Amino acid sequence: MTTDTDTASVPSPAPSGFDNDNRQAATIGDSARDYVNRLRGGDMGSLPAILGLVFLFVVFASLNDRFLTTYNMANLVIQAGSIIVLAMGIVFVLLIGEIDLSAGVAGGASATIIALMLIDYDWTWWAATLAGVAVGAVIGLAIGSLVAFLGIPSFVVTLAFFLALQAVPLKLIGSGGSLRFNDEVLRGLSIKNVPVTAGWIAAILIVVGFAALSLWRYRSLSAKGLVHKPLGLVVIQIAVLAVIVLGITALLSANRAPNPDLFTIAGIPWVAPVVIALLLFWTYILTKTRFGRHLYAVGGNAEAARRAGINVRRVRIMAFVICSSMAAISGLLAASYTGKVSPGSGGGNELLYAVGAAVIGGTSLFGGRGRALDAVVGGLVIATIPNGLGLLNQASYINFLVTGGVLLLAASVDAISRRRRSSAGV
Amino acid sequence: MPEPLLELRGVNKSFGVVHVLHDVDFAVYPGQVTALVGDNGAGKSTLVKIIAGIYGRDTGDYIFEGKKVEVHGPRDVAALGIEIVYQDLALCDNLDIVENMFLGREETSRFGLDEVTMETRARETLASLSVRTVKSVRQSVASLSGGQRQTVAIAKAVLWNSKVVLLDEPTAALGVAQTRQVLDLVRRLADRGLGVVLISHNMGDVLEVADRITALYLGRVAADVPAKDVTHSQIVELITAGRSGDLGIAENPMTADV
Repeated sequence: MTTDTDTASVPSPAPSGFDNDNRQAATIGDSARDYVNRLRGGDMGSLPAILGLVFLFVVFASLNDRFLTTYNMANLVIQAGSIIVLAMGIVFVLLIGEIDLSAGVAGGASATIIALMLIDYDWTWWAATLAGVAVGAVIGLAIGSLVAFLGIPSFVVTLAFFLALQAVPLKLIGSGGSLRFNDEVLRGLSIKNVPVTAGWIAAILIVVGFAALSLWRYRSLSAKGLVHKPLGLVVIQIAVLAVIVLGITALLSANRAPNPDLFTIAGIPWVAPVVIALLLFWTYILTKTRFGRHLYAVGGNAEAARRAGINVRRVRIMAFVICSSMAAISGLLAASYTGKVSPGSGGGNELLYAVGAAVIGGTSLFGGRGRALDAVVGGLVIATIPNGLGLLNQASYINFLVTGGVLLLAASVDAISRRRRSSAGV
Repeated sequence: MPEPLLELRGVNKSFGVVHVLHDVDFAVYPGQVTALVGDNGAGKSTLVKIIAGIYGRDTGDYIFEGKKVEVHGPRDVAALGIEIVYQDLALCDNLDIVENMFLGREETSRFGLDEVTMETRARETLASLSVRTVKSVRQSVASLSGGQRQTVAIAKAVLWNSKVVLLDEPTAALGVAQTRQVLDLVRRLADRGLGVVLISHNMGDVLEVADRITALYLGRVAADVPAKDVTHSQIVELITAGRSGDLGIAENPMTADV
């Protein structure tokens, strides 16, 4: 509380009741002004990520004409999948003001278990996946308990897990070896596509569902005279979503094979529906459940949350469990993309990419701010960098330099906007 | 004098060898503002924490609405209808007013959080307290002034039909206009029939809104008097010396047998 000084202006009292509660009947103009005010106050949301994405697309498209081909765009979606899912998990620990440095290797360890179950024990894909996610959950439970009960800084606990968990694949696979990952369904997540018709049906269902929910929400809020967005804004949001979803579907439904006469590659890669399902699920949890609300409360002011009767320890532990479980799914997607699990899986850049993705997307490193959607937007930005640079045949050191620079830039934006928020009090 | 809503009788509390509260009697009456005053270290915070259920008592009775009750923690106290508004405002900056008011006690429907019910009830509560300075109930708390934050914290306490509200230094960090808002609100709470406890160092505030004044001195109750019977300087004497004329502790407790 740095802002509540005596100098803070006191709005002049209105004649009665909530007469000056004018947000109920906001117009599009009001909303636009509001948005600009929020931006100036430092509440940037996903705007830096979207601008960054546009910038990267313009640069890469002008440097290489293969970048904007639908073949490469589909590749980008597949490459972004595992980063996005890991970032979505990271969002949960960032929300409560903690960090998980071990998420990448937790994903690698879980992927190793999945591969072993598939190969050595002949488990079906879903049983093996469940086993992998369970391994992730147990790792998260251990980290969360150490942080919540012993009060060790999460930075240290997860650093220890980052080191220790690398032993798991190394022991199970053996150094230098690797496990093939060619299960029909799990490998298919990356190399197969949703049938074109089914893709269109799903896309239309998403748009119609979003439109119906938004309009229903608008009606029920405005009927009761509660704070709501203006109808114009609701319509614009629906239109934007429709353009994005249907546009991407159209793009990916075209035949994108390098030799279109010889064979056909068309449809949305299976990774995309997985990411979208996770996005919808976690968005619901974060915005519509008590647990989600408590996550934000713990990140905003843990003491206030405790006094409000929230079990802060349980919320903390759950955040780590969710993060590591998502890391397991991310490890699975990464293995599905490369077709193998090796001892080094998840020990490289994965974690930093994911943290970068979450922060670029608008999730704060300081806790209390973030959405599942941030991971998707930020993950696309992060995935675009190696994708575009790869097409340019640049030496890999440039890739490291650029990604590090982008992460630093995102963290700076976060820190500066936080300062502005606390001085503007938005 | 009506029956007290909340009463503590003969409460003693020690931390190790330090005897912090000596046979403290404390009563809160419905429709009245009871000011709890005392110097630093007099035992105000300890007494508040005992009422809040954060500390247990060594001896003494906790009586609510005429019945002896056993409280084992903050939840029991909240269940009785006693709310404490702490000095360092237990609000989350990143949540809006409605979210803060319902924090930990969110309303849910079949599809998850019931925002409609929560916003409606938050509005009703703020309106019933004649709170007019808040621009929108969907404003984030970070954007509020100190007085508005205090108002939200108090409204949060009232939302749950509480019967007793304890306010710990509610005006300590506020400017003149904001102190005015908060004191008006404190008075309105009592006028609604709640028992209000105001813990304050500011004698001006105390004399303005309090009906009764309980002064603590070195862990003892120096006086429990109607506010209209004492003057500013008498309260200061009670706080600093434990006695003022025929009011207060008869002999110096430092040298008395304990």
